[in-house]
Amino acid sequence: MIAKLNDLPAWARWALYAAFGVLLLTIVQSISDTERLTQVATAREMLRFAVPIFLAGLGGLFSERAGVVNIGLEGMLILGMWFGAWGSITYGAWWGLAIGIFGGMLGGLLHAIATVTFQVDHIISGVAINILAPAITRYLSEEIWASPTTSPRTSAVGDWDVPFLAGGTVFGWESPDLLLTISQWEIWYLSDLAQLSRGLLRGTSWVAIIAIALVPFTVWLIWRTRFGLRLRICGEKPAAGEAQGINIIRYKYIAVIISGGLAGLGGAFISTELSGLFQGGNSAGRGFIGLAALIFGNWRPGGVLLGALLFGYVFGLDLRDLDGTASHAMLLVNAIAFAGVGLWAFTRRRKADTIIAAILGVGALFWWIVADTVPSWWSNTLPYVVVLLVLVFFAQRLRMPVSLGMPYRKGET
Amino acid sequence: MRKLAFSLAAPVGAFLLTLVVSTIALLAFGSSPAEAYGDMLSHAAKLETQVDILNRATPFYLSAVAAAIGFRMNLFNIGVEGQYLMGFLFAAQVGGLISLPQVLHIFVIMVVAMIVGALYAGIAGVLKTTRGVNEVISTIMLNSIAVGGLIAWLQQEWQAELGENFSSTELGTNEIEESGLLPTINGLLEIFTREIGQGKELTGMLLIAVLVGVLYHVLLNRTRFGFDLRASGINPFAARAGGVPPKRMVLAAMMLSGAVAGLIGMVELADRGKFPPDPIQGLGFQGIAVALLGRNNPGGMAFAALLFAFLDVSSGVLDSTGAASREIAVIMQGIVLLTAVIAYGVANRLRERDEAREAAEALAAEREVVPA
Repeated sequence: MIAKLNDLPAWARWALYAAFGVLLLTIVQSISDTERLTQVATAREMLRFAVPIFLAGLGGLFSERAGVVNIGLEGMLILGMWFGAWGSITYGAWWGLAIGIFGGMLGGLLHAIATVTFQVDHIISGVAINILAPAITRYLSEEIWASPTTSPRTSAVGDWDVPFLAGGTVFGWESPDLLLTISQWEIWYLSDLAQLSRGLLRGTSWVAIIAIALVPFTVWLIWRTRFGLRLRICGEKPAAGEAQGINIIRYKYIAVIISGGLAGLGGAFISTELSGLFQGGNSAGRGFIGLAALIFGNWRPGGVLLGALLFGYVFGLDLRDLDGTASHAMLLVNAIAFAGVGLWAFTRRRKADTIIAAILGVGALFWWIVADTVPSWWSNTLPYVVVLLVLVFFAQRLRMPVSLGMPYRKGET
Repeated sequence: MRKLAFSLAAPVGAFLLTLVVSTIALLAFGSSPAEAYGDMLSHAAKLETQVDILNRATPFYLSAVAAAIGFRMNLFNIGVEGQYLMGFLFAAQVGGLISLPQVLHIFVIMVVAMIVGALYAGIAGVLKTTRGVNEVISTIMLNSIAVGGLIAWLQQEWQAELGENFSSTELGTNEIEESGLLPTINGLLEIFTREIGQGKELTGMLLIAVLVGVLYHVLLNRTRFGFDLRASGINPFAARAGGVPPKRMVLAAMMLSGAVAGLIGMVELADRGKFPPDPIQGLGFQGIAVALLGRNNPGGMAFAALLFAFLDVSSGVLDSTGAASREIAVIMQGIVLLTAVIAYGVANRLRERDEAREAAEALAAEREVVPA
């Protein structure tokens, strides 16, 4: 059966996984006292949280596929936040995005100069950028908005309702809202599926649409074009690329600058759409979470998106979940996930993994049984715990670019 | 002599470049650089400001040593921040619950801080040695887990014990009795200077930080453990072939780093007498910056810690004189870090080239004397 799964085209396989995930949520929801797991608003918040995480992660993908570790994504995101807000206030929403991208690219350029030209350790340069970026934004904010941490309100680029599926308008004519109709039938599972899809398709920010479109685009660019092949060789075996006459240094520069630009777009999204203003600290470590999504996604665009949506779901659910009942239901989801991981490990005869998964699964199940609600600190923590657990179980199965993080000097093998 | 020139050229160059950039930043927004720098320097010339600078440099230095222990074996402990806060919180809670004679009380509090810091760092060490999880990612995640979840939760739990009618000034853990607070060392400084005014108090942790710096130096340069640690950093495969157990070294370095990180909060603890609702954040990251700037060298890090503290504290005067925005200080910290990191890289390359040429010349000279 698994072999047949692999024969399906990628999009169909992903759709199947998503349908299965929703089925899990529906089952959990029918035995617990919450409806938030599959509400329209939950899906919308998931997407809103996922977009900057995904953009940062995709930025990381460009950089790391070219062999440059980019822990400075957080700093580039912060630069994007500030420049995005400034551009949006000064020139309007779309310019805000463009200027946010530019701000992130500046951060990327700095990282490229340090790591590629001067061969500074990638982590060290990244840490330096993460310290420098908030300092720059504090100074600029103080000078321009007379407050080191807050800007005036920004404007956003707006959103779009998909016609026919989610009731968008076509040339002024309001199309039917198919998913709303389906969700009102209240058929088990089907209406949950409709609600979640509707949350993704109604009031969708243009930035989110661009971000999703970047998945197939990146796959095409990195795996189907000459540019992508050359970019990847920088991260796998730069000496071999050099022997073919590829200008490795130029490709690394381009990759790291693109990386900064994507993180910058994510930052501009945070300041213009998520919070509606620049606020210091609002990046909330999303650059780092994007890096985690990159690892979770095994350095592939689809995987990064999946990771970002997963983390976005947990964050978004927490935001909607004031009384802690939905987070409580999530414990059951966690328990089932651990059971799945345990089963997977058991069939592969990995004793340690099976035992760890079993212990964690039983722990989550036990907590679910004894408690009625879950405190908010736990849902704040969950995404990071998920990242750690994913690494615990799968770190050795991930395949990162071979020359990732290694210094490259022209003419040396 | 050449070696000294190489190692001095980089930081001096970085500092000059930083001055250039910050001057441009000041001019760009119509501030007078001369006035701003002058105000900062004259403010720093006052004894009371110097006490503030030392108080600020102390946690920076401890944080830098914590990060440097990892750096010396190519282990990036980005989680100093989380380890510091966890150690701080637990030490404050334990210190508030017990009452002991003075020296013992302080000792217990510090030991708790170090153990908790070490254990929290140990999680990342265990994940790395048993499951191959990269410590950069795991320590970043552990930071978020500590700051976003654990600390908020524990504070809440422990506050609940105060009962329903606690006021907002009582937020944080229980007050620690006088016997648990490290005394100030104003007297020690006043031997050399006039009396310290404005109620400023020089933290006793300064002496502990100096002690930590000395121990760090001795441990790394004078002991077997330090040699193994440095060897693992330079070439883990060679170290392993030489009988250094790599996994045990990773775990030991990580936990040692976390133990020192636990001490960072002791400065604030002695000052405020409890874990406050608003502990200073970012010390862990600034410590990493100080360690990078000071090249993991105990003396260099002390200098870097003082520089960062000087910029932080003396820029405060700009608020009242209005010569410039005080945020210029954080810009200077960021830029001096980035430029120094790059300058060290360049200096290293130049030195390598220099050494290679010297070796080649020496070899050529030898050949001429003794024809084969």
